Amino acid sequence: MSIWIAIGATAVGCYLVKLVGLLVPADTLERPLVQRLAALLPVALLAALTAQQTFSTGQSLVLDARFAGVGAAALALLLRAPFLVVVGVAVAVTAGVRALGG
Amino acid sequence: MAEQTARPDIPAKEAYATAAPSTALAARTDGPAPGHGDAAGPRPGSPSRDASSTPAAKPDSAVVRDALGVGIAVGLSGFAFGVTSAGSGLTLLQTCVLSLLVFTGASQFALVGAIAAGGNPLAAAAGAFFLGVRNAFYGLRLSQLLALPRFVRPLAAHWVIDETTAVSLAQPTRRTARLGFTITGLTLYVLWNLTTLLGALGAEAIGDTDAWGIDAAGPAVFLALLAPMLRTATERAVAGLAVLLGLGFLPVLPAGVPVLVAALAAPAVLWLKGRAIGNRVGGNRDSGDGSTGDGAGRTKEARTKNAQRKEREQ
Repeated sequence: MSIWIAIGATAVGCYLVKLVGLLVPADTLERPLVQRLAALLPVALLAALTAQQTFSTGQSLVLDARFAGVGAAALALLLRAPFLVVVGVAVAVTAGVRALGG
Repeated sequence: MAEQTARPDIPAKEAYATAAPSTALAARTDGPAPGHGDAAGPRPGSPSRDASSTPAAKPDSAVVRDALGVGIAVGLSGFAFGVTSAGSGLTLLQTCVLSLLVFTGASQFALVGAIAAGGNPLAAAAGAFFLGVRNAFYGLRLSQLLALPRFVRPLAAHWVIDETTAVSLAQPTRRTARLGFTITGLTLYVLWNLTTLLGALGAEAIGDTDAWGIDAAGPAVFLALLAPMLRTATERAVAGLAVLLGLGFLPVLPAGVPVLVAALAAPAVLWLKGRAIGNRVGGNRDSGDGSTGDGAGRTKEARTKNAQRKEREQ
């Protein structure tokens, strides 16, 4: 039952923050500083998420096969590979390194 | 397929284009409110106001292709979530409800991860919520870019996530941004839920998902979404600082909180840049890192657009 409560709280909370972002009055967003911040915040959040999902397990920092996979994905991006190829390369390289015992 | 989204040369600036609605969302949006604001239907030729400063207009087919590329690639990763969630001890129904009602991957992974680790369910929910808070910032940005009428916003809000934001921001005009948002959101929502179901059903068959490298799909997706945003030294500085903060605080703060701390990289870099410009007053402002001119240009651009919008509203 407590898992259902957690699911409900997460669903309601996550929906409300999405909605709040969309409903903020336009006047608030007309200030150049706010516009600049709103443009930069996704950059900060995506960068932090990428790093965390590459280098962490739970609350500990680790260096494992994911690093090779995401590194290969970065290389594919530099070569302007299509999105599916970038993700495919990351998965394949990670699986390959693990298969080799990395 | 989605090479456009991964190309750093596409400006993510919003153009106040007035164009014929062609997406389901845009049609719903524009139809009932003729003569209202920017979206009030086509003007002759309907070119982007920023046409002079943007690359050639992007054809709808290119937008659809990009949106489908992101939607399919990320949507398929719902399989990894289904597998992970079922492996964490959640029932099939619980797993599917998460994808249907939460629909923000990082939060979903955080929740089932914390439950699997034996964490208090409410603490797990708090971590998932903190991860979801970033969507408020995306909404802040999209609110202006898409300019949806208020009655559509509660529906559109559910699709405000990393991927729809990234695709929308990569579009040169409001029309293509709406098209990109709708196609990405629809494709991703349908596929993410289907693959969640399949993943949860097939969790036992596939065995150890990490052995298949599925845990690398998430960061690769985030990286591909981030890459086109790293246009100037300012963006790169923000990303670099965010990585340091996100990893540095990971071991010491509860799950989800380090990402919020990392978000402070954005105001921090802006503040430092403001100071740097202040110190250079009287000197050559453009001799800096190359992003100074960009920032000033954008500010001016924003003011111009605001002025134009006010004119129109009167």
